[in-house]
Amino acid sequence: MSIATIFEIVLAAVLLGLGVWTIVVRETFSATVGFVAYGLLVALIWVRLDAVDVALTEAAIGGGLGGVLLLGAAARLRDADLMASETPGEVMRASAAALSALIAAALAGAVVLLPDAAPTLAPAAVANAWATGLSNSVTNVLMAFRAMDTMLEKVVLLLAIVGVWSLAPDSAWDGRPGPRHETDPNGVLAFLARLLPPVGIVVGIYILWTGADHPGGAFQGGAILASMWLLTIMAGLADTPPTGRRWLRFILVAGPCLFLLVGLVGLLSGAAFLSYPPALAKPLILGIEVAMVLTIAATLGLLLAGAPERSWKP
Amino acid sequence: MSLVRDMTTIAAVSAGALFFLAGTVGLLRFPDTLTRLHALTKADNLGLGLVVLGLLPQAGGLRDGLKLISIWLLGLLAGATVSQLIARAARHGKSIR
Repeated sequence: MSIATIFEIVLAAVLLGLGVWTIVVRETFSATVGFVAYGLLVALIWVRLDAVDVALTEAAIGGGLGGVLLLGAAARLRDADLMASETPGEVMRASAAALSALIAAALAGAVVLLPDAAPTLAPAAVANAWATGLSNSVTNVLMAFRAMDTMLEKVVLLLAIVGVWSLAPDSAWDGRPGPRHETDPNGVLAFLARLLPPVGIVVGIYILWTGADHPGGAFQGGAILASMWLLTIMAGLADTPPTGRRWLRFILVAGPCLFLLVGLVGLLSGAAFLSYPPALAKPLILGIEVAMVLTIAATLGLLLAGAPERSWKP
Repeated sequence: MSLVRDMTTIAAVSAGALFFLAGTVGLLRFPDTLTRLHALTKADNLGLGLVVLGLLPQAGGLRDGLKLISIWLLGLLAGATVSQLIARAARHGKSIR
C-alpha cells in the first residue's frame, strides 16, 4: 500500500469519526468546533479528488464563514439556555437514525451501482472551452454552459439576505446589523485586523482573476474578501453599514442584475438567454464575475453580521 | 544533486513532524490552557517552518517557493494571534480549562 493510500484511509476514518462526534457531543459549542474541523478535512478530501475549486469553496464556507455563523448561533443558544429539557424521545431518535441509515444505504447503493464508465460531461466541457476563451473548465461550466444555475444562485443569496433582514424589529429596520464590537484598539485582534486585510484583499482579487484559467473564481474570492471585512468589523475598526444605504443595496443587486442584463441582451441579439457572443465572451464573463465578487462579499459579510438591530442614528 | 535535495527534504520534514508530534502530546497531556498553548506554538512555529523548509528544495520554481514561505508566515500570524486571544479569554474567565 502506498503512503498516499494510507493517508487517504486515515483521512476518511478521521472524517467519519469527527462526523459522529459532532452529532453525539452534547455541548453546542463543541459540536460547532467539530463541524469547523470537519469542513477543513472535507476540503482536504476535495483536494485529493483533484477538485481544487470545490476544496477552496468548502474551506472558505464550510470551515470558515459557516463556522463563524454557527459559533454566533451557539453563543446565542447558550444565552437563551432553552431546549435543554426538551430532548427528543426514543421514538423520534430511532426514526431519525432509521432515516439516516436509509439515506446512507441509498447513497452507497447509487455509488456501487454506477456504470463502469461513469457518465460524464467533462470531455464535452473541455472540448468546448474555445467558446469562452477561458481554460478553467469549472468556470466555463459555471459562467457559460450552466450559467442559469449560477445566476439563480446569486438570486438565492439575495433572498437569504432579505430573509435575515426581515427579522429586524421595526425600530431598527434600516439600521446597522449586529452588535457593535468593542475591542482594545491596541490589542492583538486590532493589530491583526490592520495587518491582514491588505494581504487578504490582494489574495481575494488574485483568486477571482486566476479563476479564468486556474482553480478559483468569484465565490472563493468573495468569501475571502468577506472574511477580511468581517475581521475589521469584529476588531471594532469598522462598523457594519446601515442597511438602508443606497450604495450597499446597489452592491447587493449588482451581481444578479448584471447577469440578468447580459442574459437578456443575449436573448435579444443572439441565440438564447444567457448566450454570449464568442468574441465578447471573456470580457463579459469577467465583468459579471467582478460584479458578482462584490455582491458575494457584501452578502456573505451581511449574512454573518445578522439582522439590523441598532438604529443607524448615532 | 537530487539525492542531496531529497535527503534535505526527508530530514527537515521528519524533524517538522517530530515537533508536531511533541506539540500534540503537549496539547493532550499538559494541565491547563496556557501550558497547552505553549505546547502548540512549537508545532506552529518550528514544525510548520521545518516542513516548509524541507519542501523548498522540491518547489517547482521561485514562485512556488515564495508561496510556501508565505503560507508559513500566514500560519505564524494566525497562530500567534489566536493563541493570544485564547490566552486572554482564559485569563478573564477562569472557567475555561
